[in-house]
Amino acid sequence: MAEIKGTINVDRERCKGCGVCLGACPFDVLALSAEVNSKGYPFASQVRAEACTGCANCAVVCPDGCIEVFRKIWKK
Amino acid sequence: MDKVYGRSSLLTDNVMHYCPGCSHGTIHKLVAETIEEMGLQSETIGISPVGCSVFAYNYVDIDWIQAAHGRACAVATAVKRLQPDKMVFTYQGDGDLSAIGTGETIHACNRGENIVVIYVNNAIYGMTGGQMAPTTLLGMKTATSPHGREAAIHGYPYKIAEMVSLLDGVCFVTRQSVHSPAAVRKAKKALRRAFENAQAGMGLSFVEIVSSCNSGWKQSPVEANHWMEENMFPFYKLGDLK
Repeated sequence: MAEIKGTINVDRERCKGCGVCLGACPFDVLALSAEVNSKGYPFASQVRAEACTGCANCAVVCPDGCIEVFRKIWKK
Repeated sequence: MDKVYGRSSLLTDNVMHYCPGCSHGTIHKLVAETIEEMGLQSETIGISPVGCSVFAYNYVDIDWIQAAHGRACAVATAVKRLQPDKMVFTYQGDGDLSAIGTGETIHACNRGENIVVIYVNNAIYGMTGGQMAPTTLLGMKTATSPHGREAAIHGYPYKIAEMVSLLDGVCFVTRQSVHSPAAVRKAKKALRRAFENAQAGMGLSFVEIVSSCNSGWKQSPVEANHWMEENMFPFYKLGDLK
């Protein structure tokens, strides 16, 4: 078995808080923030970062291209 | 950690003017990624329409011409015939392509121009405030059909992808969507195939992308995607038509 760990980087200022990425995540990693960016939008943030596998589903559906995805695989 | 997904280098730093959750942003991203992966940045000329996506030239860093309302296919024909080595595509909404531009579109398809037509169908006029389009579903409420579209008064919605699939000049017709990760990946493959057809000189490729207009439909972005799955897909069936 290999262990997979992922993480994402959200461009907070570009994010419009549409929430499409939240439903695309299979592990409920994402939620909208309580704080807002300079345009007044809440932005996507990782609330269960440890569950992220770097599958990139959130980034693929993001209409504004705000999400970068990183992944590391360890072979056991 | 290794980067597995990032912003395409063909997308400019401008923040898109589209409403939060608009499908146009996702489709722009797919166009940029596909052109980047094919290495065609300096070889591609896009024709932008009139409608919300009129400003596509601000977001994807390739050469663009902005055509008069509905005339993108006519402009694309001229560009492709004058510069046959270039990759030429149009990016049009349903108000542009299937209403005022029906004639240009059908004749470009029938002539089999070696271009790609990307047709974004959200069943409404988004830019002007959510009026009824030819593609609006029966019973759907819009600013100009507040009691829902009625066939006796407004006629029936029509499926332009099925219409053009009958024409011999068209080599590839597909209907895709971008509401889920799987749909986005499939839509990107369809775009790639369409661009490859144009490069190979096989005729016109028509890629319809069924999209949401959450502002026009008066729904949240996530609700609009669900509504689209339940109401749009039974009528506008996804898949390859030709």
